[in-house]
Amino acid sequence: MTITENKPTTIIGTRLLRREDPPLLTGEAKFTNDLNIPGALHLSVLRSPYAHAKIKSINVAAALKIAGVVAIYTGKDLQTSWAAPMPCAWPVTTDMKNPAHYPLAIDKVCYVGDGVAAVLAINEVASRDALDAIDVQYEPLKVVVDLEDSLSDKNIIHTDLGTNKSYTWPLLVEETPGCVEEAFKKAKYKVKERYVQQRLIPMAMEPRAIVAVPQPFGGDITLYSSTQIPHILKVMTALTLGIPEQQVRVVAPSVGGGFGSKLDVYAEELLCMALARKHNAPVRWVEERTENTQATIQGRGQIQHVELAADENGKITAVRVRIIGDMGAYLQLVTPGVPILGAFLYAGVYDIPKAYDFSCTSVFTNLTPTDAYRGAGRPEATYAIEMAIEALAREMKIDSFELRKRNYIKKEQFPYTAFSGLTYDSGDHLLAAEKAAQMTDLAGVRVQQKKQNVPGATKLLGVGMSSYFEMCGLAPSRVLASLNYSAGGWEAATVRVLPTNKVQVITGTSPHGQGHETSWAMIAAEKLGVAPEDVDVLHSDTAISALGLDTYGSRSLPVGGVAIALACDKVIEKAKLIAAHQLECSADDLQFVNGTFSVKGSPDRALPLAAIAFGAFTAHNLPDGCEPNLEAQVSYDPPNFSWPFGTHMCVVEVDTETGAVKILKYIAVDDCGNQINPLIVEGQVHGGVVQGIAQALFEEAVYDSDGNLKTSTLAEYLVPAACDVPPITTGHTITPSPTNQLGVKGIGEAGTIGAAPTVMTAIIDALSGLGVTTMAMPASPQTVWKTINEATRGGKK
Amino acid sequence: MKVSITVNGKKQDGDVEPRTLLVHYIRESLGLTGTNVGCDTSSCGACTIHLDGEAVKSCTMLAVQADGSNVTTIEGLAKDGVMHPMQTAFMENHGLQCGYCTPGMVMAAIGLLNENPKPTEEEVRLGLEGNLCRCTGYHNIVKSVLAAASAK
Repeated sequence: MTITENKPTTIIGTRLLRREDPPLLTGEAKFTNDLNIPGALHLSVLRSPYAHAKIKSINVAAALKIAGVVAIYTGKDLQTSWAAPMPCAWPVTTDMKNPAHYPLAIDKVCYVGDGVAAVLAINEVASRDALDAIDVQYEPLKVVVDLEDSLSDKNIIHTDLGTNKSYTWPLLVEETPGCVEEAFKKAKYKVKERYVQQRLIPMAMEPRAIVAVPQPFGGDITLYSSTQIPHILKVMTALTLGIPEQQVRVVAPSVGGGFGSKLDVYAEELLCMALARKHNAPVRWVEERTENTQATIQGRGQIQHVELAADENGKITAVRVRIIGDMGAYLQLVTPGVPILGAFLYAGVYDIPKAYDFSCTSVFTNLTPTDAYRGAGRPEATYAIEMAIEALAREMKIDSFELRKRNYIKKEQFPYTAFSGLTYDSGDHLLAAEKAAQMTDLAGVRVQQKKQNVPGATKLLGVGMSSYFEMCGLAPSRVLASLNYSAGGWEAATVRVLPTNKVQVITGTSPHGQGHETSWAMIAAEKLGVAPEDVDVLHSDTAISALGLDTYGSRSLPVGGVAIALACDKVIEKAKLIAAHQLECSADDLQFVNGTFSVKGSPDRALPLAAIAFGAFTAHNLPDGCEPNLEAQVSYDPPNFSWPFGTHMCVVEVDTETGAVKILKYIAVDDCGNQINPLIVEGQVHGGVVQGIAQALFEEAVYDSDGNLKTSTLAEYLVPAACDVPPITTGHTITPSPTNQLGVKGIGEAGTIGAAPTVMTAIIDALSGLGVTTMAMPASPQTVWKTINEATRGGKK
Repeated sequence: MKVSITVNGKKQDGDVEPRTLLVHYIRESLGLTGTNVGCDTSSCGACTIHLDGEAVKSCTMLAVQADGSNVTTIEGLAKDGVMHPMQTAFMENHGLQCGYCTPGMVMAAIGLLNENPKPTEEEVRLGLEGNLCRCTGYHNIVKSVLAAASAK
């Protein structure tokens, strides 16, 4: 049962405008860099220009003479400041190799951007001037940038580990031993594909910013940071710095986007805290964009080998996947777990037997560390299976949509126990796909395509699609335990009805653009029968919201939002006891509708929540043993992931003379169960889709063979502008999740997961008449032109 | 160096280092932190303000170059507690998510409509080319600007 089936809803499901907007629209909102902390020293970090080098010497004498410079520290100077190396919370295997990683490099640097020295000065200008005056002598070492080269161990980056391989994580599921191999032997059709997930730069528009404010005589320290994870940061910084946890408070002010890049514990956060304590003064640091592209984590970075076996009808009989994952120079907070988040999804939305052989080997490179970037493992998996399905359809010479239909998990199979043992909560893939086809006018486009794509034509039409499943709503704690993740996946909420019947919701989620204040107020208002504007939502400050696991992995609504609904239930339960006491009836005889308790059958015997809230505050007339005040706290551990799904389609026109790709139409049909606020859901899809389109067409962190990032600014790294992307037509189906009372699923990453394969399959479809069967991402005009040329002229030109 | 700039209707006299960018003067000396900085290559447009009525990126010029000019920042748009119609249009059309690019985007959008009061969708997209947003996919930003144009 879901809330929408239970009773008429008045607030949930409406397009309520966001309460977050006025301060953001008027400049009132304060981002971390806007905080004016008197007496703050400014931190600047000297970064390595070499991808791999020994540090021979560091001379800071000249830099220290610059007016305003207070102190300069090297990695060696600070060696004793750390109680532990920087944390990696996801040791995916027991024998995973994890090089010690400190906020400043000690003996050698392992990527361009690795911190070498920290300058403290009275202002930003002086601290940056000092960077230029520090003399570091390096002895360059051989650089590893290529994944396959890294795997060969020809040059080992962390010599103490003896290998560049961090781990191999297998997932072999076989009904009977050897059945995968057997299936491939017996298969009527087989495909074997190799895909490259290029490195991407998350590029939140707000670069990171930090201020650490110590309290010299109490030992407490407050960290203001542009982070997605104030709660996790509190625990991790306390452990890394050896500060008692209760003395650390973390606040995330307005945060200008994250996309996973602010889901980390960063060197600069630790440096600001350590130096603030050392100097008994606030320390601030603000990232420049060029630093952001090198010192903030990057995403993706995988080589994928995917094989499908299928019977004569195209029914998939086995899946085999081998991944090489690029960890970069060190393991950040969840770096090794990213490919594992995708490990279960290489069968996509398809019904396959227990014949699944996945293995991921992850390696170190002399590049910026990777970590979670919007979708984290799941866009990679979806891309691979959806591209491989297209390859299989080509092999069989049938329409790829028809092939998908033969393999979709059917509506009546839900809840569906997958090969992996995971249960997919609910879904109707065919419905979503047919809706997408109808919105695309697929039949009409195919007719047009036949007319247009004639021999000699230079503007070719293509249609692409992808059907996706997202494993999100991270996550059931026991499942995380089985994956060796160091924390749980619950979320906390407190709901408090104040004496005047205004409501405070305190959430452990930490929004940075997702509109939680609006959506969480809607949930509480719906449950408690109050107006949304009477609900205040507090978050992102560990002194106010003591418990939480923050925002990532499309978890906030299906875990944090559900926790709020459950806390409201607890408040209502308590209020009901008070109401029964005051109305002199049994609690079982009471109903709670639109904010009022009334005796079933006697509507005149009623008490509004307002009266009970005030009564709970005065505590003059409470039942025996009933505590004053009306509040409840819940920590909710979800019983399952949430499994949003959908189908995206797009129509492209490829200019074979220039290689330019134009998206003529983009249709996204997503199903995230019940929608709390469709306005916000659509916004999440729009943004996600454009990030996926960006991977398909524009973005790549390009490195040269010496490990220099050639796309270190926004002038070189092509984040699309408004004129580069099409309008997005959104549609939806609604298949409520049966695992939570709101019937909701996450929607933060869906767009990104669906979009890249949709665009890439469309490009290949457009060019199929020319013999093009593969295309590298990003499909820039140059890449497209080159690929066409290779296909049509044997690459001779 | 002495500068005198009228900011949001108020004349401000200041003394700046010659290398101070206008955006840093606005944020740090005047305390108007609504104007954001998102890059160091004049690519993102988060710092867009109006200089003598025209939308410009305030990181592309020095404070001293604005001497004698009239500057409007995002803080200067609302009048008597009522948001500018462009701000309202962004709110009504969910034209912002994290809000970091928003001040610059709103200033650029107003500049766009000043030059072309009734743009087509394509003209809006081209007109906002210099302002990057990572959250919205631009769909609702374009919708907001078109809504503001049709309300004029």
